[in-house]
Amino acid sequence: MARAFEPQVATANHLLDGDVVYFTEHGDWTRHLTEAVVAETPDQAETLLGAASLFPQDVVGVYLANVQVIDGKPEPSHFREIFRTRGPSNYHHGKQAEA
Amino acid sequence: MYSYSNFDADFVRSRVEEFKGQVARRLDGSLTEDEFKPLRLMNGLYLQLHAYMLRVAIPYGTLNGAQMHQLAYIADTWDKGYGHFTTRQNIQFNWPKLQDVPAILDALADVSMHAIQTSGNCIRNVTADHFAGAAADEIEDPRPTAELIRQWSTDHPEFAYLPRKFKVAVTGAPHDRAVTKAHDIGLRMVRNDAGEPGYEVVIGGGLGRTPMVGKVVRDFLPRADLLAYLEAILQVYNLSGRRDNKYKARIKILVHETGLEELKAKIEAVFARNQTLLEPVDAGIVARIAADFAEPTWVRKPVVDLPTDVGFRAWFDTNTAAHKNPDYAIVTVSTKAIGATPGDVTSAQMRVLADLGEQYSHDELRISHEQNVILPHVHKSDLPAVYASLKAAGLGTSNIGLISDIIACPGMDYCALATARSIPVAQEISNAFEDLAVQHDIGELKIKISGCINACGHHHVGHIGILGLDKAGVESYQITLGGDGTETTTIGERAGPGFAYDEIVPAVERLVEAYLGLREDETETFLAAYRRVGMAPFKSALYPEVVANAA
Repeated sequence: MARAFEPQVATANHLLDGDVVYFTEHGDWTRHLTEAVVAETPDQAETLLGAASLFPQDVVGVYLANVQVIDGKPEPSHFREIFRTRGPSNYHHGKQAEA
Repeated sequence: MYSYSNFDADFVRSRVEEFKGQVARRLDGSLTEDEFKPLRLMNGLYLQLHAYMLRVAIPYGTLNGAQMHQLAYIADTWDKGYGHFTTRQNIQFNWPKLQDVPAILDALADVSMHAIQTSGNCIRNVTADHFAGAAADEIEDPRPTAELIRQWSTDHPEFAYLPRKFKVAVTGAPHDRAVTKAHDIGLRMVRNDAGEPGYEVVIGGGLGRTPMVGKVVRDFLPRADLLAYLEAILQVYNLSGRRDNKYKARIKILVHETGLEELKAKIEAVFARNQTLLEPVDAGIVARIAADFAEPTWVRKPVVDLPTDVGFRAWFDTNTAAHKNPDYAIVTVSTKAIGATPGDVTSAQMRVLADLGEQYSHDELRISHEQNVILPHVHKSDLPAVYASLKAAGLGTSNIGLISDIIACPGMDYCALATARSIPVAQEISNAFEDLAVQHDIGELKIKISGCINACGHHHVGHIGILGLDKAGVESYQITLGGDGTETTTIGERAGPGFAYDEIVPAVERLVEAYLGLREDETETFLAAYRRVGMAPFKSALYPEVVANAA
């Protein structure tokens, strides 16, 4: 049996500083996962990836990442994506320092 | 130390200018990422998990005070005030911005440094014994050879697109501190029966997905034939190495699949042809390189009685090594204070190290593949002053070779390829054994941690190796035991199923406890004990529930 579809967001790294970014419903990029637009179906995910791939001058390496929607907000499901929302664990650098 | 010729300086500066243009074209949209990526990688610029990362070459791990000062300046000006020394004797900056990288490369060029060939399928920065030119057991300084190879391999047009990356290491001492048998080519400087200098050539070593100990392809290669022979190895590899599968593209697979004897015959045939085609290396160039690595003028002054306080003695016993001049010592500075990130040094610490190098070590510093910093030539009378400065800078930890002197790759805290974190595992093991007296009692024990199968953390050759994997969406850590990265290179043996993130430190504690319980006496190291008793008692310590269930 095919695996149930998990909600997804489109994510990438910013061209200039490499920071993790997410695609929003307004068709631009945010540095905060909570502001990301969530695809709820495979069709929506395909459309999302297509739309997010139209910004080769702003971001690098667009891909879809699985999320869980909790209280209406996307949260990362895989530990790699959790780290991407925070920054490294050995120093208070990256997103966690900017929050 | 090697000083750049005008050719070197012009070449490096022209590469900076070229990259400046490439970055500008990326920023204005003339270059796509697909076009730009190989160009930035050729200049050491990676895009990692949270930011770009610039890997700067430190040829054979040697640098001077001015260069270390400049690394501190770069860390403060364009990064977050620190740098990370790697297991290939390089330094990585974890937070540069794309538009700043040309300026960083310019600042590096100002002190004869660069980031060329620190990535990509080319011949990478050549590594060497970090005690080169200083070690008491050395036959000969390997750095003139390493520098010759650097010049030969830099921008070598034929070897810009090899099947895969290619790593060369050189040692001039019988005790191998450069892990030469885990390199694509390992060179050991030897003398033949007539007393002539040459090399034992080892090929096909490597860690990663398929760990292999290198094999001797030539017992004795006369020194003058070095480049013609290396060229032959690379030519055979370039043509015959597999390009169909990235995981089978290293020369170790070619050696394995072809067989050493057949490959050796091919190499010798190409070598014979090369000897007739290639002009011998200009003797003037060789002489000039050798002159750059001439011994420093040793200071002649009496060796005073060294302090007897416990702190200094512990540091002296653990962190200094025998120098070829009995009035001198080699100082290994630990970057691994208890709970610290292995290999990380702040800009303030870099400046302390640079000053100490200039004042007390004939203006020389080294980076070891074990991610520590070496002051290779310290007069014994200066050791108390050096220790006091290091201690004040948080660099005085007396743990070289002990359980907290851990190698750890950046892992999933930084690296885009990682499958699990390494750094916090190292930090927590270090914290668990924070009492240095306990560490000294445990004795020599090398723990090496990699956050993915590529094995940048050399886990296969750790006495205790730890490999972090993604097991069904959870970090899982595999333990290998009995690895050894010296002249008796051994690939560690996998102990059994992996451990969860919060189980790995207790597992290491059980291993150590088992070792302390079974060693014959305190002179028997963990590795020696493992070799004597084998895996079984350690396995019982790691998996007590299995033992209990079987009973």
